[in-house]
Amino acid sequence: MQMPEPDTSVIARRDAIASRLRAALADRDAVLTGPAETRAYECDALSAYRCPPLMVVLPSTTAEVSAVLKICAEEGAPVVPRGAGTSLAGGSMPTSDAVLIGLARMNAVLEISSADRLVRVQTGRTNLSVTQAVDGQGFFYAPDPSSQLACAIGGNIAMNSGGAHCLKYGVTTNNLLGATVVLMDGSVVELGGPMGEGAGLDLLGLICGSEGQLGIVTEATLRILPKPAGARPVLIAFDSPVTAGACVAAIIRSGILPVAIEFMDRPCIAATEDFCGAGYPDCEALLIVEVEGTPAEIDEQLSLIREIAESFAPLEFRESRSEEESRRIWLGRKSAFGAMGVISDYMCLDGTIPVSRLPDVLAGIGELSARAGLRVANVFHAGDGNMHPLILYDANTPGDLERCEALGADILRLCVEVDGCLTGEHGVGVEKRELMGAQYSDADLEAQMAVKDVFDPGWHLNAAKVFPLDASARRRGRHAA
Amino acid sequence: MQPETEADLAAMIRAAKAPLRITGGGTRALPDEVGEPLHMAGLSGIALYEPEALTLVARAGTPLAEIEAALASEGQMLAFEPDPRPGSTIGGVAATNASGPRRLSAGACRDAMLGVRFVTGDGEIVKNGGRVMKNVTGYDLVKLMAGSRGQLGAITEVALKTAPIPPVRATLRLRARDDTSAIAVMVTAMSGPFDVTGAGRLPDGNVILRLEGLPGSVEIRAGMLRDAVAKHGDADILEGDADFAMLRDFAAGATGPLWRMVLRPSDAAQMLAGLPGRHAVDWGGALIWAEAPPDWMPDLPPGARATRLRGDAASLPETDPVTARLNAGLKQKFDPRGIFGGAP
Ligand SMILES: Cc1cc2nc3c(=O)[nH]c(=O)nc-3n(C[C@H](O)[C@H](O)[C@H](O)COP(=O)(O)OP(=O)(O)OC[C@H]3O[C@@H](n4cnc5c(N)ncnc54)[C@H](O)[C@@H]3O)c2cc1C
Repeated sequence: MQMPEPDTSVIARRDAIASRLRAALADRDAVLTGPAETRAYECDALSAYRCPPLMVVLPSTTAEVSAVLKICAEEGAPVVPRGAGTSLAGGSMPTSDAVLIGLARMNAVLEISSADRLVRVQTGRTNLSVTQAVDGQGFFYAPDPSSQLACAIGGNIAMNSGGAHCLKYGVTTNNLLGATVVLMDGSVVELGGPMGEGAGLDLLGLICGSEGQLGIVTEATLRILPKPAGARPVLIAFDSPVTAGACVAAIIRSGILPVAIEFMDRPCIAATEDFCGAGYPDCEALLIVEVEGTPAEIDEQLSLIREIAESFAPLEFRESRSEEESRRIWLGRKSAFGAMGVISDYMCLDGTIPVSRLPDVLAGIGELSARAGLRVANVFHAGDGNMHPLILYDANTPGDLERCEALGADILRLCVEVDGCLTGEHGVGVEKRELMGAQYSDADLEAQMAVKDVFDPGWHLNAAKVFPLDASARRRGRHAA
Repeated sequence: MQPETEADLAAMIRAAKAPLRITGGGTRALPDEVGEPLHMAGLSGIALYEPEALTLVARAGTPLAEIEAALASEGQMLAFEPDPRPGSTIGGVAATNASGPRRLSAGACRDAMLGVRFVTGDGEIVKNGGRVMKNVTGYDLVKLMAGSRGQLGAITEVALKTAPIPPVRATLRLRARDDTSAIAVMVTAMSGPFDVTGAGRLPDGNVILRLEGLPGSVEIRAGMLRDAVAKHGDADILEGDADFAMLRDFAAGATGPLWRMVLRPSDAAQMLAGLPGRHAVDWGGALIWAEAPPDWMPDLPPGARATRLRGDAASLPETDPVTARLNAGLKQKFDPRGIFGGAP
């Protein structure tokens, strides 16, 4: 992974910068410079790439974030924001000249209003603990990435993260009402409003998904929803992935809106069975479809889904009859990534395709995988076409990582060719940066970079991400000069 | 001026020396837009419609009515329910983020927008997003263009997420004692597991709540919801949602200066108490439409926003300096020559 040459003049001034930062913070221990301490921040979940930052700063308030950014701008120091470091795209991966700003200490709940159906939190708070904070009042926060135990709301906003239930409830941007954002020059701005709309242009919509490149989000107002009366999954097994794909299209076409439709293929099922023994059927592909409501409403929906599924001659239609059975149906899916991690090193892709192209793309991935000589397991959010091919490789075999990355790039180009995109929810980060040209023209990228020019004219914030290094070179150079 | 292709449009914009007012059907224009009309009607037609993928792509000048008809023939709709003004185009809907009562549950127009193509003030053709349901590849300029009201670029194509038309619709209608109780009904409806897809109050004082879905489910929820709001009044359960069409169309039919106010539902009762004329409530208490004499100005609670859509343009509160700087900066980047005369 190529990163720009570190700015040696910044590295040379490390101690001076650290002491300015310490003076600006209430807790002097909130600036970490020791190698043992900074090493804990050397990578995110794209762990093949590591580099300890110049220093780590752990602010406690919006005012402190503002002071820190202002000093970094004056010092010309690159800044990398970090939530929980679970990015799979290298979004929070530092460089050796970067001041890494960790939001973990900012985890307070600032307000809960059930009448207005919102919660306001500091963005270092983890995703799951937002739902936990409102659970007692009968509410939940809908976007639920599989990493929800660890990942922070700030990271969710920066990546516009999705979850298993986004088919019905949408992704982060659809559930974000407001944000307090600190810009690189230290100025603080409140975006959004009671329904998410602010004054003039939709700056909140622009911040969401901007991968920490436009500002640091310190507080967020999130939509909370009343908990459904109940939920129940079914598991449908097929003798071919193509049939499973066709069944997904038929369910969507019928007008039923399940909260989730998840897909797993044989390699993935086999791995999870070994890992957690969920008792999944022996089949080529399976779907997990979940619907919500009162028991009678659930029965009504499931009988329709059964009718549709039966026209595709499934090997099995397993309907949950209890909490325990529901848990077992979800068990294999929820442990899929962990299970793959046990049998092999893997790289998780995230391309999205039109659901109508699912059969072609699955076949195409099969061919590419055979040609590359690397196995690919598929597990994904089928309802919205967001695929997660997992490429299995061996990090200890020289050249395997490179072959894996090349196969990954080929699969993502295939997604783009069928009118899909490079990433549905994990973000571009450093991982897919150089592939942006497959999806976007120079003018398309220029328009996006023009936005960064407005928010961060010096290109200090997370600058070596998202855009191909060549495309952003001139702008990043301005700051080095 | 009326281009017939995207390339024509780009050439016209490059050649333009004076402000252009990008015009779809001209049905959602604001009072202070300026410039020679740049008619988008020539860029028309549905480019792609895949019902099984819930996806429709249309050129900006396509009449909204044509899109609604194409969707209806496949049992689908635009979930964000834009009000159907005669002549309205999909580009105008996108550029104004026009969203009706179902915004409450299904999101706004911007939430259904999957991708855009547009021409900048420099005549550059730019695309962003795409046609797939989930896409975080690069910045979300789709949101930036949604509701940008012709300030940044001329939208030439929009990709939208469609939704199935629910098999059954029902409306609960009741007369609440007063403003406080009316808002309480909406808050109760939105706080329980009823899956309400519309909550508002018509100018005649009737509070209306909408339920949609499979027949058995709607019946169950209607019963639960009627019980949940019983202490505020006896609700009638009506078939269909004609009341919501009236609510959605309130703004288009209003006379004289019209205010649009977005606020927290918990502040709505107090706001309603001070209104000078005919008004309607939507989005579960988060949106108030109010007719008012020209000299009336709302007294807004913290965080609320108000815009006067007819009569002299007005917008409250004053935009803070940082937001203003960012808005101006983006305008400068996308339209450096100030060719687009859309209202800020
Ligand atoms: C096992 C596993 C499962 C996952 N499942 C999903 C899933 O189902 N859906 C999904 O969408 N993603 C998933 N992810 C990816 C990841 O969890 C998300 O991208 C998550 O939102 C990252 O949050 P974080 O707090 O860890 O962010 P980090 O990794 O710390 O940072 C991510 C990006 O956000 C920026 N950032 C962080 N905080 C801020 C802030 N306050 N202001 C501005 N920028 C900031 C960083 O600079 C970086 O660019 C998964 C990851 C793992 C490891």
